Amino acid sequence: MGPGTEEELAQIVAEAAGPLRIVGGGTRSFGVAQGEELSTAGLSGVTLYEPGALTLVVQAGTPLAEVDALLADEGQALPFEPMDHRGLLGTQGAPTIGGMVAANVSGPRRISVGACRDFLLGVRFVDGAGRVLKNGGRVMKNVTGYDLARLMAGSHGTLGVLTEVSLKVLPVARASATLALDGLEAARAVAALSRALGSPFEVSGAAHVAAGQARTLIRLEGFAASVNYRAERLCAVLAEFGDWQVLPDAIDIWRDVRDVKALQADGDVWRVSARPSDGPALAARVPGADAMFDWGGGLIWLRVPEGTDVRAALGQFDGHATLVRAGQETRVRLGVFAQPAPSLALIEAGLRARFDPRGIFNAGLMAPPERTI
Amino acid sequence: MEMPTPNAETVARKAQIVARLAAALPPGTIISDIAETRAYECDALSAYRCAPLAVALPRTTDEVATVLRLCHEMRVPVVPRGAGTSLAGGSLPTADSVVLGIARLNEVLETDLANRAIRVGSGRTNLSVTGAVEQDGFFYAPDPSSQLACAIAGNIAMNSGGAHCLKYGVTTNNLLGVTLVTMDGTVHEIGGAYLDAGGLDLLALICGSEGQLGVVTEATLRILPKPEGARPVLIGYASSEVAGACVSDIIKAGVLPVAIEFMDRPCIRATEAFAHAGYPDCEALLIVEVEGSPAEIDEQLEIILEIARRHNPIELRESASEEEAARIWLGRKSAFGAMGQMGDYMCLDGTIPVSQLPFVLRRIGEMSDEFGLQVGNVFHAGDGNMHPLIIYDANTPGEQEKCEALGAEILKLCVEVGGCLTGEHGVGIEKRDLMDYQFTPEDLDMQMAVKDVFDPGWLLNPAKVFPLAQSAARRMAAQ
Ligand SMILES: Cc1cc2nc3c(=O)[nH]c(=O)nc-3n(C[C@H](O)[C@H](O)[C@H](O)COP(=O)(O)OP(=O)(O)OC[C@H]3O[C@@H](n4cnc5c(N)ncnc54)[C@H](O)[C@@H]3O)c2cc1C
Repeated sequence: MGPGTEEELAQIVAEAAGPLRIVGGGTRSFGVAQGEELSTAGLSGVTLYEPGALTLVVQAGTPLAEVDALLADEGQALPFEPMDHRGLLGTQGAPTIGGMVAANVSGPRRISVGACRDFLLGVRFVDGAGRVLKNGGRVMKNVTGYDLARLMAGSHGTLGVLTEVSLKVLPVARASATLALDGLEAARAVAALSRALGSPFEVSGAAHVAAGQARTLIRLEGFAASVNYRAERLCAVLAEFGDWQVLPDAIDIWRDVRDVKALQADGDVWRVSARPSDGPALAARVPGADAMFDWGGGLIWLRVPEGTDVRAALGQFDGHATLVRAGQETRVRLGVFAQPAPSLALIEAGLRARFDPRGIFNAGLMAPPERTI
Repeated sequence: MEMPTPNAETVARKAQIVARLAAALPPGTIISDIAETRAYECDALSAYRCAPLAVALPRTTDEVATVLRLCHEMRVPVVPRGAGTSLAGGSLPTADSVVLGIARLNEVLETDLANRAIRVGSGRTNLSVTGAVEQDGFFYAPDPSSQLACAIAGNIAMNSGGAHCLKYGVTTNNLLGVTLVTMDGTVHEIGGAYLDAGGLDLLALICGSEGQLGVVTEATLRILPKPEGARPVLIGYASSEVAGACVSDIIKAGVLPVAIEFMDRPCIRATEAFAHAGYPDCEALLIVEVEGSPAEIDEQLEIILEIARRHNPIELRESASEEEAARIWLGRKSAFGAMGQMGDYMCLDGTIPVSQLPFVLRRIGEMSDEFGLQVGNVFHAGDGNMHPLIIYDANTPGEQEKCEALGAEILKLCVEVGGCLTGEHGVGIEKRDLMDYQFTPEDLDMQMAVKDVFDPGWLLNPAKVFPLAQSAARRMAAQ
């Protein structure tokens, strides 16, 4: 089903007889959701763009590429560098803004500017009863009522169907430089990233690709003179780790980090969020894993042999693991998302019961299909 | 502002309630003497006062859980309290409630510089979080003007911002984890010293929920390395339209100042009389601050000054020394105090799209004339978060009501031009009954349904945030 307006969408939801699988561009489907497909592609277009106010309001089904192009014309961009999942997941189609927000997709720059949810100013969505609701707005600061907008980000379409989102955008940096060093072992590399991130030199990317030829990468962005100055200072601060090479333009390198290019070959792929300094030891707990670290070590991408239970291998730790790529059997057996602690699971179930009383949205994706409340 | 009638039956049970709490907690935890509870009768919205039944001042998360569990069993409403600096009446008690103050949970629990995080008891003051990591070259970014006094708990509950949030964001962008105790006494651990807590974004819900979902006892916060330096410039314009255009051009140029503050003529005059900062007497004054190394600062300021000049400023003042920088900030920092000298004041904080700035300022000027009350504007221009200060005399009968009526009109205007009622102070009791202007009944119903999940009995801070008429059914059902 592909409604062309918010009202049509609300009506479809209100009249739905069974579960609905919500699809934007269909490029980020890491889930096991059941039901009839409900596409947001018909809800497309930019409602408002004010470059001087850094504000963008856009329909949920708008292709990301369209938004990127519009912003680029004004020298602006979505600052959180959303990952393109197509390479990793082998999916086709055009990623949409709604899918990006629903999955709270953020890339390397998350470490400095924040995640997608940090740039979300407001949403309109249809709840499970078919009501059209709004939360937040289009202004930069807003604490009026509860923050349901951010709750929608990262809820993977399980609480409601986004119809429109407002985002804060930022100017694209005029210059950038990347410090690169080959051959560091993971723990050393994360120590170097931590040192860089603890310096006043405003690092906007901090990654270590451990799979294949190990390479540690640190990005600086801003005005040219400032970038050069900071690169020089940072090389000095990090001299004990080795002789850093300064790459003037590394757009492709960071796109590869963003899209986890290093781990695209066969196997299951997991995404682990952890205390950055725990990253290397955690990766080492998983037998046969190839790793890539982003966010200074706090985001660990692992490629493992098919069917590996990474959560079992990791054991207890501060953080959580998400199964991003695997066969259907593994997804069902291990679950895509880590299950929250029992007391939080009750709260989450309670929220789901309020937003989607019939349990029809992307059923089974984030929580077990049988409802406790 | 109306408050619900206190439950007479609960008030009558006071002795019994106090005895049960006192018996379960260490000596000195429960205060019930009316002379002592009076210290908790209001927050910074001091026009409204009401002493609670009792005050609980626990020292640990377990003690907080005990207080909540017992109040839950006895069906006594609880009003969480940090430092009591809310400008929205967020921590205003009711006569049938127990105030739960968390000021004693103020320890630094863990400092993790390598992972740029700190864990503190939520009663710790905002500034002393920075104080704990400053010597290591770090700071906690959200900096409300009340930072010397306000607690992290209050910051989280209100999702507070500060002058520097244009670059660093507000509380929700800097909060990594919390220990939350819900009304039934259950202790929940959410998030931690890592980015992106798992599951649904409960941190986002809790941040800004004004003490209605649970009591935060500990928090993990993101800390950042201190920049090498910062430097402000002062720019004066003959009209707010031009100042607004200048702000917009600076933002478009790709410079990201840490702060762009705006003051209008009434505010400049009041400030000059009070602090003598040497500000020009003009219609609109901007303070723009940038950060970095000296060379970086020069580079950014060059771009900003070039833009500023293009708009024909009346005055353009750079700062060559710490002292000159402090003088530029002096007036802005004493603005609230200065306006306070002129009488009682009410501070609003609606946010508007930056492009609407000139129109909204003009309309506020007209409304100020209509109501015969002076309004000064001092605010964060970069993000459109207005702070109109309405001056009135609380001792003149009817003037407070007039002031509230003008305040309501100004906030409705903010909503009409595409903005919102509150950018950082919260709804509390102050804007509660204006929520209908921004939200439909369904929008509000969904928010209240979230409270139903965390606090089905509607015992936590029940008379705040939602219009009383709309929350009535839920509050009654709970009684
Ligand atoms: C002079 C002055 C300047 C100010 N400047 C700013 C500013 O620049 N930016 C800004 O954003 N605000 C500002 N404020 C407003 C105020 O300081 C903030 O809202 C602050 O965060 C309140 O913190 P508090 O500890 O005083 O909280 P309180 O006033 O005690 O409580 C505020 C709210 O938090 C809830 N609460 C308290 N503790 C808990 C807890 N443990 N768990 C759950 N809920 C809890 C309360 O119930 C209440 O709803 C200013 C206030 C003053 C008086």
